[in-house]
Amino acid sequence: MMTLYVHRQSWLHRQPAGLKLLVLMATSVALYALTSLWTAGAALIAVILAYRSLGPAGWTYLWVVKPLLPMFILIFVVQTWSQSVSAAILMLLRMLTLIWLANLVTLTTRMDAMMDAVMPILSPFRRVGVAPHRIAFTVALFVRFVPVLMAVLNSLLEAWKSRGGGRAVWRLAIPMLINAIRMSDHVAQALAARGGVRSPETPVSMVQPQ
Amino acid sequence: MKDQALVQMALYAALVAALGLIPPVPFVTGIPITAQTLGVMLAGVMLGPRRGFLSMLLFVGVVALGAPLLSGGRGGLGVFASPTAGFIIGFPVAAQVAGYVARLLQRQSILIAAGVGAFVGGILVLYVFGIVGFKLVTGSEWLRSVQVMAVYVPGDSVKVVLTALVAQAVYKGLPGAVATRQA
Repeated sequence: MMTLYVHRQSWLHRQPAGLKLLVLMATSVALYALTSLWTAGAALIAVILAYRSLGPAGWTYLWVVKPLLPMFILIFVVQTWSQSVSAAILMLLRMLTLIWLANLVTLTTRMDAMMDAVMPILSPFRRVGVAPHRIAFTVALFVRFVPVLMAVLNSLLEAWKSRGGGRAVWRLAIPMLINAIRMSDHVAQALAARGGVRSPETPVSMVQPQ
Repeated sequence: MKDQALVQMALYAALVAALGLIPPVPFVTGIPITAQTLGVMLAGVMLGPRRGFLSMLLFVGVVALGAPLLSGGRGGLGVFASPTAGFIIGFPVAAQVAGYVARLLQRQSILIAAGVGAFVGGILVLYVFGIVGFKLVTGSEWLRSVQVMAVYVPGDSVKVVLTALVAQAVYKGLPGAVATRQA
């Protein structure tokens, strides 16, 4: 399954998901109370050491921020220009600390553990008529649709290239969406033919066709 | 909520993820433009406000759980601490407003209804979220935040036009698929 989770045995993997989320939330608030470069730098070093504690390859996961580098440079320049160099450095330290810490939670927590941890927050949805098992069904279907749609897009892109390509790639959005909608209609029909989304408590024999 | 609505919501959430595959085009400042907000605008215009909102909420929620579905393979909780966090948090509301506006304008041609809806939801509303998020994460001043975020506007304007064209084409082929066109 596609996820950023990395399967390992580490002390961080053993902590409960809810605890890790709470620590992350507390840190995100506390970080903005830090105004000295030294304490902010120490926080960043602590997070980097936590990556190191994942094992020898732990460092490599720090590269998650690579796509953000141009943005960081731009922010740094703007901040230096509008305030001061030390303000710019402090801001970068805070941002990196928080992004890396949040990513650390993602790396060390299985997706289903994370889902279980947030399920209590979703329970108010039951009042507006969305039962948790229907949310779980939609999440599962979404996760299954992603590779299917990526395959559709890839085949359209290949067909486009093999016919000479060109610059108006955006035109592919139309067949892409029509294909996707047709597919989802078939899925909805197949689902209805099998009695719809079933609650875990309902026995199969009780399901009424829609 | 009907089963078919759940399938549609999953579909548009997956569409936004698939659009992240299109390689980002690096723009003047080095900030890449991605196709993903095109999916957000389409979700609003095609599904209507309520389903559009829930569909994007599903996308953002699964990204938060750790799926690398944002363009460039980003995902997980770190996304919500990055300077563009506001945009991602704003996806559901942007789709909702796009759907609402498109539905209000359903007496107009679909090109206009979808285009205006995508503009109001995908640019006006999304940028409010984006700018507030950028300001909160970086602590910049308002004016600076607005200036930095302004580099995305040209690319997003292209996506507004695309949303209108795609909605029009899909409406011709599959009229039932555009939820904002039925009273």
